[in-house]
Amino acid sequence: MSTYRIGAGSGFAGDRFEPAEILAARGELDALVFECLAERTIGLAQQRAATSAGAGFDRVFLDRLAGVLPHLEPRTRVLTNAGAADPVGLARAVVDLLSAHPRGAGRRVAAVVGDDVTAVIPADARITGTDLTIGDLGDRLVSANAYIGAGAAMRALENGADVVITGRMGDAALFAAPIAVHHGWDDASPDQMAAPTLVGHLLECAGQLTGGYFADGGRKVVPGLATLGFPFADVAADGVADFGKAAGTGGLISRATVLEQLLYEIDDPGRYKTPDATLDLGDVRIDEVGSDRVRVSAASAQGRPEQLKVSVGVRDGFLAVGSIAYAGRGARERAELALQIVRERWEVVHGRDPGEVRADLQGYNSLRPWHEPAGEPAEVRARLSLRTFDRAAAALLHREVEALYTNGPAGGGGADLSLRETVGIVSTFIDRERVDPRVEMVS
Amino acid sequence: MTTLGDLAHARAGDKGDTSILVVAPYELDDYARVDDVLRAERVAVHFGVDASHVTIHPVPRLGAFTVVVRARLDGGVTRSRAADPHGKTLSGHLLDLVVEG
Repeated sequence: MSTYRIGAGSGFAGDRFEPAEILAARGELDALVFECLAERTIGLAQQRAATSAGAGFDRVFLDRLAGVLPHLEPRTRVLTNAGAADPVGLARAVVDLLSAHPRGAGRRVAAVVGDDVTAVIPADARITGTDLTIGDLGDRLVSANAYIGAGAAMRALENGADVVITGRMGDAALFAAPIAVHHGWDDASPDQMAAPTLVGHLLECAGQLTGGYFADGGRKVVPGLATLGFPFADVAADGVADFGKAAGTGGLISRATVLEQLLYEIDDPGRYKTPDATLDLGDVRIDEVGSDRVRVSAASAQGRPEQLKVSVGVRDGFLAVGSIAYAGRGARERAELALQIVRERWEVVHGRDPGEVRADLQGYNSLRPWHEPAGEPAEVRARLSLRTFDRAAAALLHREVEALYTNGPAGGGGADLSLRETVGIVSTFIDRERVDPRVEMVS
Repeated sequence: MTTLGDLAHARAGDKGDTSILVVAPYELDDYARVDDVLRAERVAVHFGVDASHVTIHPVPRLGAFTVVVRARLDGGVTRSRAADPHGKTLSGHLLDLVVEG
């Protein structure tokens, strides 16, 4: 079988638009994949869908697709997990978009459903890292979505789909599916799924493979970050993949950029669990084979997990943050005093637990509060944060921070208040057999 | 004073309340030196956590390590009240680790 070329169109829901358009125009792609679904996004989407305040899918994907459509070759398949909590809803919106465009006519659209396991997750399923069960969450539970493998998306492609919309499919599986279909690999064989899953793992964060999130000082120099090109992979029939980026784009792809992306969120490199294969990353080979051209080989699997990971969305109340800034001589000391004043009032005046308010000095050590920096900062921001189910407590924190203007230390400025409702994500596991991913051909 | 950042580069990721960092020496010749620096006890002190919260996986064939630090993210990205709930900035902190000798 011929080499299969697959590109990354986005690495998260808020990613840039034009790198995908450039890849579509110059990349001669067989498939273009848009990863748009962070762990907590689906919980937020389900909450939106449930309150009918908005769609359960990522509407921004429609703009992404509209941008690449004029450049897409007829053979290029498009896959995305932007369906979030409502893949069929997004698939219908995509059909409308395609039918209104000359390059969209005749393209068939499929949705993959069945990752939503809210109805079948056992109440006694243990939440990872805690003594709690799903049942203990009560009405705080907003969503439960299993990370499904590539199989259902492969069936959609085999049925003739040109565009496949999914919800909570494993990020790497989204890329693995079209590669595996092209090369005739069996989604039930972890050994055959190892190579395409590894390719997907490397492409899933898009620009992070091509020099995004890499530049540092004089030793990690990345040219043209403002015009960063997104990566593609040429996957051969033996599973060896050559990674590159579109000609003329900024960025860099090297052994080091690939190595950082390969391992950076992997607990045990010898056993990286994905729905399609438990990958052994320790023996992977990374070789520079040309300018901005890196070969990755020797993907291998040690079976696949019997259970699928489930992302569980939990209503988590509000996160309130208030901050105020200080500059110049004694700035850190005055900011410290501001924190003390709010904490003292929280306890003495309002009779609340001072431990519920987190206090940080931004510009000093807020990112590593256990750390004692040398020297004094030129500017520092006193930041107080509170997680609460009580909206009145959130408002109280905001009032206390704002009152520092006229009741706190000298020279405070730029008070900033924010409040957002949050959905926490916890994990559990479900037996593979209990999850039933299905394809709905929408056009 | 030599720090880990003079020898190696790093990127931080997260899973729940666990920070996972990849560290790789720029030159493979420095692999053993980086290996010497990355002792769980030292890394734990540097991150202000108990030594039992740190696991280091050497990946010699790739010339890299993963450093796993548990319970340092104020509950993890969806629960944390911190200014950097992902702990993405911890790669810079790790590279501040002093290399002795």
